[in-house]
Amino acid sequence: MAVAAKDRKAWASGEEPRWCPGCGDYAILAAIESFLPELGVPREKFVFVSGIGCSGRFVYYVNTYGVHAIHGRALALASGLAVARPDLSVWVVTGDGDSLSIGGNHLIHALRRNVPVKVLLFNNQIYGLTKGQYSPTSEEGKITKSTPFGALDHPFNPLALALGAEASFVARTLDVDRAHLTGVLRAAAAHRGTAFVEIYQNCNVFNDGAFDTLTDKQTRALNQIRLEHDRPIRFGPEGERGVVQRGDGSMEIVNVADVGEDALVVHDAHHHDPSLAFALAHLSERPTGPTPIGVFRSVERQVYGQALDDQLAVARARLGVGDLASLLGSGHTWAVA
Amino acid sequence: MQLTGDRFTSATGLFGNDLVTLPDFPAEIRAPRGTLHGVSAFQIQFASRDILTPGDEPSVLVAMNPAALKTNIGLLEAGGAVIVNDDEFNARNLERAGYATSPLDDDSLAGYRVFRVPMQTLTLRATEGIAGLSKREAERAKNFFALGLVSWMYGRPVEVTEQWIAEKFAGKAEIRDANLAAFRAGWNFGETTEVFAVRYEVKPAPAAPGVYRNISGAAALAWGLIAASVRSGLPLFYASYPITPASEILHELSRHKNFDVRTFQAEDEIAAANLALGAAFGGHLGATGTSGPGMDLKAETIGLAVMLELPLVIVDVQRAGPSTGLPTKNEASDLMMALYGRHGEAPLPVVAAYAPAQCFDAAIEAVRIAVTYRTPVILLSDTFLGNSSEPWLIPAVDDLPVIDPAFTTDASSSDGFLPYSRDERLARPWVVPGTPGLEHRIGGLEKQDGTGAVSYDPGNHERMTALRAGKVAGIARDIPPLEVDDPDGADLLVLGWGSTYGAIRAAARRVRSRAGAVATAHFTHLSPLPENTGDVLASYERVLVPELNSGQLVRVLRAEYLVAAEGYSKMQGVPFGFAELEREIERRL
Ligand code: SF4
Repeated sequence: MAVAAKDRKAWASGEEPRWCPGCGDYAILAAIESFLPELGVPREKFVFVSGIGCSGRFVYYVNTYGVHAIHGRALALASGLAVARPDLSVWVVTGDGDSLSIGGNHLIHALRRNVPVKVLLFNNQIYGLTKGQYSPTSEEGKITKSTPFGALDHPFNPLALALGAEASFVARTLDVDRAHLTGVLRAAAAHRGTAFVEIYQNCNVFNDGAFDTLTDKQTRALNQIRLEHDRPIRFGPEGERGVVQRGDGSMEIVNVADVGEDALVVHDAHHHDPSLAFALAHLSERPTGPTPIGVFRSVERQVYGQALDDQLAVARARLGVGDLASLLGSGHTWAVA
Repeated sequence: MQLTGDRFTSATGLFGNDLVTLPDFPAEIRAPRGTLHGVSAFQIQFASRDILTPGDEPSVLVAMNPAALKTNIGLLEAGGAVIVNDDEFNARNLERAGYATSPLDDDSLAGYRVFRVPMQTLTLRATEGIAGLSKREAERAKNFFALGLVSWMYGRPVEVTEQWIAEKFAGKAEIRDANLAAFRAGWNFGETTEVFAVRYEVKPAPAAPGVYRNISGAAALAWGLIAASVRSGLPLFYASYPITPASEILHELSRHKNFDVRTFQAEDEIAAANLALGAAFGGHLGATGTSGPGMDLKAETIGLAVMLELPLVIVDVQRAGPSTGLPTKNEASDLMMALYGRHGEAPLPVVAAYAPAQCFDAAIEAVRIAVTYRTPVILLSDTFLGNSSEPWLIPAVDDLPVIDPAFTTDASSSDGFLPYSRDERLARPWVVPGTPGLEHRIGGLEKQDGTGAVSYDPGNHERMTALRAGKVAGIARDIPPLEVDDPDGADLLVLGWGSTYGAIRAAARRVRSRAGAVATAHFTHLSPLPENTGDVLASYERVLVPELNSGQLVRVLRAEYLVAAEGYSKMQGVPFGFAELEREIERRL
């Protein structure tokens, strides 16, 4: 659906974004502002919820309802809202520190419950707002202000974590690739239940170039492995490279010419077993070489908000619509004259 | 044992006696039987006048084994009756309880009337021949033997208990039959043997006309939240993480989903608070409940609710701390935390329940304030209130307060919509998502007065701090004044809050019965305090503040009103007895 420029403007709050010039967040904001109108959902039905970090400022810039919550808890707050109000379209904007460190517990539980919330994780592999400490997605040995001798932590693989937490929708995209980003958001918006989207986002101040391999004109064609459902997984300028599965289930990158197209893995995002998506998540541990992007997994299962509403209906059917006077007078009572 | 106590309580309430109970059980779920720390006890006081406490010194103790005798005998009044399960007083159990010789054989129980009843043997005999019943199951029925015996002693109605047993164990015929048989055997034992010289006749208590039921504090609180939901038209959203003793509220609410009650067992305490706050943003009645340790974890979210100025009710069923403390024992030591336990200037209203059934009204009041003033409210209960029960005059629904959420829905002046504008109470508009034309963003960063935009302006921050504080302080105009009970023009005022109500009133009654003059008053609103608090304090020579903590309210009163109020503290995991308060009052007359 084509969106007129004036419509797009109506979705901006008018508050001036205060990210550093050149920050990847601007590109994401622009993409989302032009994408939201195409969903055909009225503005007042959207709620953006964020935590703390540079990503947290996002909610102030879109002209919808929004809550800028506390560090790590956006997803818990959004879960309460989405479960109470299944009629709303609830989006969480979070970062790698916000949702994988201080808020890790809420992330995994929201994913397993499958609450109707879209989670956009702006992963820049660094703490930006607190001025440059290593994050749970920073690489081992990372030199930062808090790790002058190098980080000892082994990083999370956010997609593998989400899959391990029983996520029903898992995807990865890039801040600067408007078309791909919009495509993934479209799929996330259409998903019932929790949609987990990792967006590689460049922090040009504290971690510049972390995703250059995937975004640079010179290298991106060599390194972006674009997943498409039901299609053999191949990439490279001429599609000359591909992904095969080894006997032990792990994935390997090969030259298609060496194995033949039939040997390539055919992507199946709808498979109920997450093993394929998990192996793909581990195909590249760091975004410094060929890395899959796109929708890794998208399956249907019970959605918490709807399920709770169904349960209320069952309770009404079984017990009758709640009547306060009869509740108060229930059980053993006695009268005093 | 708790089940048996509950049954006796119900039968007593139905009979028309006033009563208050005090369950006392170990934190361990299946604590080793026969050991001192594994003793599970249930205390009840009932009488033909209004009862204010579970009773300091029971007149009858039923001890099912030596450990139970040892841990509870100290409570019994001099000359009281001890009924022991004779079968359990064997060498092994005596040793476990730390008795060198059997207290039944030496003269350590000389000051009491001791009745030795072989409850196990009699129960086994009574349950003989019940098909499919194992010996173990038969033995377990002995608590019902004890219940039958005590029911006989006090002339409790039999039918209600029999009916209850039949319903409760309907799924297991052999257990049902065993419990019924044991219960009847216990009753008959009292009736037919001449061991018991006494049978207590406790006449029904005079009470205000109306329909009554027994209710525990936990159930009353849960029902109060449901009632507030009905009377406000806001669906209730209750999020909680399992914790003793607050879980009872979650259990109770989750049974009433036909009232549009959404209960949510969260992954942790922090999530529970945020879930409820998220639901509140969505226009629901957001509530979360916990006990002490959970309050620590919720503090940051409560601060966010202060900043967002959204209605949120946080129930704290206090227990003895710090840390894990005594999870199943009573203490009221979270007052300072409720009042001040957040970073920054984060004032909020605090309401405290004072009696089990009154938890119902306290919950409605907490919701009323939260919704009317768009603020988080902390509602304090405690282990004693939550677990105890008492007769409750069931209110008429039409008499309950109506709570108006007063949502803002009109976008006609949308160019001028100010999310942080204020009404005469300084409350801001509550607009729920889905309302066209009033889209706005709120958050934890300081707000510009009126517009709600992020503001770092120094003057604005000070103004907003004052506005938030002023809003809470202004609630004092909207709550009842502190009521003083002073029939004799006393010089001494005993001032309390929370579950000490019963003990304070009972102690005062006893002092007055001996012509002592003492005044009493009790706070249900701890923040803000009623407007007349200063005047009340100033009109007494001495003020005594008994508290189940090291003196938290007394510190507030001294700081706020510059009065020489004295504290009296108890931190033993149990409520005040009226005798000790009576003594403290007498000392000051
Ligand atoms: S610190 Fe990094 S992530 Fe934050 S606004 Fe600046 S560039 Fe963006």
